[in-house]
Amino acid sequence: MSADQFLQYLVSGVTQGSIYGLIGLGFTIIYAVTKIINFAQGEFVMLGGLLSFTLAHSAGLPLAPALIVAVIIASLIGAFMYLLAIRTAKSASVVSLIIITIGAAIFIRGIAGELWGVDAVRPPYFSGSTSLSFLGAYIHPQALWIIGTTVVVTIILHLFLTYTMVGKALKACAINPVASSMVGVNPKIMALIAFVMAAAIGGIGGVVMAPFTLTAYNVGVMLGLKGFVAAAIGGFKSPLAAVFGGLLLGIVESLAVAANWGPFTSAYKDAIALIVLMLILLVRSGKLAEEERTG
Amino acid sequence: MMSAGLKSKWAYLAVAALLAFLILVPFDWFLGRYTTLMIFIGIYAIVTVGLCLLMGYTGQVSLGQAAFFGIGAYMSAILSKTYGVNPWLAMFIAAVMTGAFAYIIGYPIFRLRGNYLAMATLGLGLIVWVLFRELSHFTGGPDGMAGIPYLSLGGFVFDSAFRRYFLVWFFCMAVLLISQNIVRSRTGRALRAIHGSEAASESIGINVAQFKVKILVLSAVYASIAGSLFVHHLRFVSPQPFDFLASVKLVVMAVIGGLASVWGAIFGAGATRILSDEILLRFGQWDIIIYGLILMLVMIFMPEGLFVKLKEVFNRLRLRYRQKGAES
Amino acid sequence: MRNYLKYAVVLTLLAALLALGGISCSGSEEGATPTPAATEKPAYKVGALFSITGANSNLGLPEKETVDMMVEKINAAGGVNGHPLELIFYDTETDPAKCATLATRLIEQDNVLAIIGPTGSPESLAIIETVTTAKIPLISCAANIGIVTPVSERYWVFKTPQADKEVAAEILRYMQAKGITKVAIITDTNAFGAGGRTVLKRDAVNYGITIVDDQTFASEDTSMQSQLTHIKGTDAQAVICWSTDKPAAIVAQDMKTLQMTIPLFCSHGIANAAFITNAGAAANGVIFPAGKLLVVNEVPATDPQKDVLTQYKADYETKYAGKKASTFGGHAYDSLSMVVIALGKIQEGLTTAATRQAVRDQVEKIQNFVGISGVFTMSATDHLGMQPGSLALIKIVDGKWTWLQQ
Repeated sequence: MSADQFLQYLVSGVTQGSIYGLIGLGFTIIYAVTKIINFAQGEFVMLGGLLSFTLAHSAGLPLAPALIVAVIIASLIGAFMYLLAIRTAKSASVVSLIIITIGAAIFIRGIAGELWGVDAVRPPYFSGSTSLSFLGAYIHPQALWIIGTTVVVTIILHLFLTYTMVGKALKACAINPVASSMVGVNPKIMALIAFVMAAAIGGIGGVVMAPFTLTAYNVGVMLGLKGFVAAAIGGFKSPLAAVFGGLLLGIVESLAVAANWGPFTSAYKDAIALIVLMLILLVRSGKLAEEERTG
Repeated sequence: MMSAGLKSKWAYLAVAALLAFLILVPFDWFLGRYTTLMIFIGIYAIVTVGLCLLMGYTGQVSLGQAAFFGIGAYMSAILSKTYGVNPWLAMFIAAVMTGAFAYIIGYPIFRLRGNYLAMATLGLGLIVWVLFRELSHFTGGPDGMAGIPYLSLGGFVFDSAFRRYFLVWFFCMAVLLISQNIVRSRTGRALRAIHGSEAASESIGINVAQFKVKILVLSAVYASIAGSLFVHHLRFVSPQPFDFLASVKLVVMAVIGGLASVWGAIFGAGATRILSDEILLRFGQWDIIIYGLILMLVMIFMPEGLFVKLKEVFNRLRLRYRQKGAES
Repeated sequence: MRNYLKYAVVLTLLAALLALGGISCSGSEEGATPTPAATEKPAYKVGALFSITGANSNLGLPEKETVDMMVEKINAAGGVNGHPLELIFYDTETDPAKCATLATRLIEQDNVLAIIGPTGSPESLAIIETVTTAKIPLISCAANIGIVTPVSERYWVFKTPQADKEVAAEILRYMQAKGITKVAIITDTNAFGAGGRTVLKRDAVNYGITIVDDQTFASEDTSMQSQLTHIKGTDAQAVICWSTDKPAAIVAQDMKTLQMTIPLFCSHGIANAAFITNAGAAANGVIFPAGKLLVVNEVPATDPQKDVLTQYKADYETKYAGKKASTFGGHAYDSLSMVVIALGKIQEGLTTAATRQAVRDQVEKIQNFVGISGVFTMSATDHLGMQPGSLALIKIVDGKWTWLQQ
């Protein structure tokens, strides 16, 4: 493998990884604040993409307003999902709430299939499709948008959680909901904010990746799956960890293709990536357990 | 949280009524047209019982149960079709191998705390599914394998839906009764203690990891048996019924039925299959929209699951009758 | 007092169960349309199994739309020999197990005379046993040649889409003529792609072509750049992509991003407008074999398919405004047409079992049926029956399909 090729594998891996990380952010926020695994996270991404397609392509809105409106609509759907489905479930167990998110995901997917049909669509590129050369590797301009958006969103999220009141309240709720409710943090409001934020981030992810990855009513399943893995590697704890998890997944997948080792052709890339990541988890949790014992 | 349940006379009556109903179903003058549907309900109920136990006691979500279901299915299919092994022996071997596999991966998985279990089971499910798809020399690849033989006892071949129905439900009832026994036994009590507090259980000498692995192995064996019954009914196997979405559907079945009792498995499997295979057939593309909606509504209004809700309704009716009886 | 209550409840339960059974037994059959008045001839019921949800939905939906359109047209013209045509459709959700259950339902509860579809190969393979045991003809719309071979074991099964072997042959023949000797293949891991991969790996050598790289991807993957980077590192002179349109569009785009200049050939899986829309500029120069429907304007008037293709395209695009006719819908057109031809020739008033046998026999006797996918002549030894010349090698130029005349 030449240096150029290796760099290309990395670039592709980082692009995919940014996609996964961005989706993983959404999972992490909702899980951290409510302990729910939101199976509808992938659908928010799908909605972002399809909405931006309709607004930018079919309705002919200029690009920036179309994207903003798409993200707003996705966020509203997230809010509705929380208010109508999750909050009305009152004191259901976490597992039951997870099933509600599964039902919501299926429902949203079905409605999308009715509204947008079954064919894949491509919203317009943000800045064209002429590939850019970078130290011997090529990168699509949309991929730069994806990576850039992931970086920006992660930084903003990190700053938000660390320095703003609402952000700190969210973190407090994540760490200890009982204690934080005693100091005046309303867990229900926090949960609503978490869902809206996750839907917004999902929508942002959707609008920025759809021109690159194409979008259709059923992309939410796989995207959600990869984002979940990214968040899981990050321990569902912090946005940085989720993005890191996503990047790791993307890069390992890419290198698995590069390796093409014996019978393990590119068909096995998903399996190989998961095995590698789970081994990492195992080693890390072993170290964590040791720290807990000795620390 | 699984409860041991009281041995009330109503419980016995309910089981008796259920058995009577089940025995009558496949007859043409009763509900014979639904025999195939009931076969699938029975098969999925077997997997769901194992999943109920696993999720009910470990308190975590398993997102890869379809892997065990698939391993049982493929092993039965490959052994009985390609290698001509007796299907019963194949089923036994498959169950043992699946259980062994669960045992080997169980310890490392349960070392992963908290939500890593969901991730690990997800990963397991995906990896196994990729293997089903790619080891095409053995599995037939994405097109699958046809021509799997029927099960037979001596000269009695299970070649009609009627016969297979009784076979499947025999296994299903056996699995339910065994599981109910476990729930009431020492193991069940230990498992409830673990669910209550792992730290406390450790302190009184319960080996938490060992119990969790045992439950995983048991759920894997159940799923494997169900998988074998599945391929000997369909006479075809492909990777599709064992993908990630299949694992999710199994979780839905378990929770809809209710994690509090193993009997919930029948209701969970039954309700979801009846919904998707009977009621929603004529809705075209709206079938998944309505399915999602019903799923949400059921979980919002019956978060403990159907079985618990049915018991609640039954108890309320009983109280009302008792009050009326007391007044008269 | 309580004991009597208990027995009363038990008896009521049992009575209720029996009553339920009684009601369900005498209940009417579930059918798509109400039964016609006594003076009309009984409807001919045909079962249709397509995947309008799940992975194959973009193939299954045009298939369903096509048959709906055809049934309307046929019934408006008086049905088949005066019998209304009744289509009973179920969505298989791209699930072979569900498909098997639905097939049983069509056979035993809906009492259909023949089944058309399913959309996908695993689903079709899953029900071969079922239709053979039930003795009902099946005309599949799926790709795998294993559906109709070995024909001695496929007495009841027919299919209408081209065999992968013929599609691959078109590509490989063209490459051989152009002096290409080294290709890289990149295929979907699903049944469709795996089938193409098998055929390519087996047949390439017959055309003097070596496969220097064999890459795969999952249908829902969002980028194939890694696989293409690997291909770029080999001395491949062309790339063959075997998948449906969405991943193929991503392959085309990624090749452009990586500035790969070698030509891209695709399978008939990209034979719909969505590929061009989604691949954009990257679609230009792509060559693929497909039914002549896509280049119907270039089909000469002497071609027997010209009229049928033009009519189908016009009908479909009128009824489903905004959509473009695709070859997938064409497979369903061919399947249903053959069943209708068979129904038109059978004796009336036979039992269901005898009718199913008669329909099967008539389908097998079909000669020179001019369909959308090609011209069909079935026989006891060939249940695909597609005559040579049914495929057109198409090149995308300026966003349009053009026929690459050889």
